[in-house]
Amino acid sequence: MLRLDSLSKQYKTGDLALTNISLEIPNGQVMALIGPSGAGKSTLIRCINRLVEPTSGAVYLNDLELSSLNQSNLRKARRRMGMIFQEYALVERLTVMENVLSGRLWYVGFWRSYFRKFPQSDIDEAFRLLERVGLDHMCDKRADELSGGQRQRVGICRALIQDPELLLVDEPTASLDPKTSRQIMRLICELCAERKLSAIINIHDVMLAQMFAQRIVGLQLGEIVYDGPPNGMTPAVLTQIYGEEDWEKTIENVDDDDVLDDEEILTNDA
Amino acid sequence: MAVSTKDGLKVWQRRDRNKQLSIWAGYFVAITIFMVCWQYMSGKTIWMFVWDAPRQGVDIVSRMVPPKWEYANVIWGTVWDTINIATLGTIMAIILAVPTAFCAARNTTPSVRFVRPIALFIIVSSRSINSLIWALILVAILGPGMFAGVIAIGLRSIGFCAKLLYEAIEEIDPGQVEAVEATGASGIQTLAYGIVPQILPAFAGISVFRWDINIRESTVLGYVGAGGIGIHLSGSIDNLAWTQVSVILIVIIATVVISEWVSAKVRHAII
Repeated sequence: MLRLDSLSKQYKTGDLALTNISLEIPNGQVMALIGPSGAGKSTLIRCINRLVEPTSGAVYLNDLELSSLNQSNLRKARRRMGMIFQEYALVERLTVMENVLSGRLWYVGFWRSYFRKFPQSDIDEAFRLLERVGLDHMCDKRADELSGGQRQRVGICRALIQDPELLLVDEPTASLDPKTSRQIMRLICELCAERKLSAIINIHDVMLAQMFAQRIVGLQLGEIVYDGPPNGMTPAVLTQIYGEEDWEKTIENVDDDDVLDDEEILTNDA
Repeated sequence: MAVSTKDGLKVWQRRDRNKQLSIWAGYFVAITIFMVCWQYMSGKTIWMFVWDAPRQGVDIVSRMVPPKWEYANVIWGTVWDTINIATLGTIMAIILAVPTAFCAARNTTPSVRFVRPIALFIIVSSRSINSLIWALILVAILGPGMFAGVIAIGLRSIGFCAKLLYEAIEEIDPGQVEAVEATGASGIQTLAYGIVPQILPAFAGISVFRWDINIRESTVLGYVGAGGIGIHLSGSIDNLAWTQVSVILIVIIATVVISEWVSAKVRHAII
């Protein structure tokens, strides 16, 4: 379980990115975090694994308080949280396998990692994951040779090989086409279900959020303005999060998007 | 950018009037200074010698041909020395430049306030002294010979390599580093996985480029007694043995062309 307790972040420039965010995410829950650009979505998930240091407040991963950990304990805690990025953030000049194995860095010493002498069990797991996302034949390709969707799958493998309890997912589909976006979102959600992971997914595509998440939190100017089920997204709520706009169409389209359609995309993908 | 209203129309010009005038004034001052300097230099030049230059040039070239080819056998040893000075000096410079660069780059330095200024000082002092002057000093300290030459080349190259390398480090994609950090990797693992792969092409390019420059620089070190082919060059010019000078110049050009070819190949292979 992840618990945020009145988390705030003020940047040096004086911008208040987050104000008193309190949230609780039970184990196994996939939560979508929506909101306009600049609402503080990225800051929120970076404050959890402290890629951005929160100004005040506390973050609890199960019973461990994260915001006061020293460097070595922080690394230990980061190991338990897999992160997936908008621009994939793969190390471009390393191979797919090296990128996946870099998720094991906390577990192995420096020299073993430097000479790429990972334990066989890690390599087995890497192959299992790559096979699961359909990329096992690509393991020797360099990351910059892959397409966007393939890169994001490698990113997912890197996060999962950490054996995390929680996934922090920052705009996973923002650089992908609509079909690949759906495939990636489905993959993330399936893997969360298989491994009973909870996840926070930043996403600015409301439709995708409604399709895949069990819970939606709307952020506006660093404050939570909506917290509820996907079907509670009424035009009024969307107006509150994003501002005045004709939201009727957006909601309608989601209703049209029946389950059969999704199944079809999944089989095409395989 | 300036927008003004004229007859109810909005007129756009790149600059407003005052800015345009100050730019013209700037050009005027620059050209005036140039012309004054030109006139001064022209006054100090003995034009008789300059008018004579083509004849003198032809004269020297005519004394240079035909090159005294058998002289080449005498200088091969020092050509080999020259290449060794350049190579060993470059290796020494790289070994010292890498840590300096990491200390100088804003995103990897251990301390912006204390370590970074020291690293920058090392870079500036190494760069601001020509390798010939380093060699002059080092021959006085270490005595004449190749060793002084290697150290001179090395000291001059630290700044060059470290400066280009730290600029490359500062330009890396922070997202890749962030992603490695987020896995729980230690600082040094983040360096090895997140930063090193990104700067490797720049590192290889800088190293062979500097080696290439150093071959040229080490050809003159012999002038001050720091080893290499320069000693023959100065001896031949002093003795007015122009046919030997032409052989030396041809050998230097050949060496430089080969080194340039090698460095182009290496750069291509690594990037």
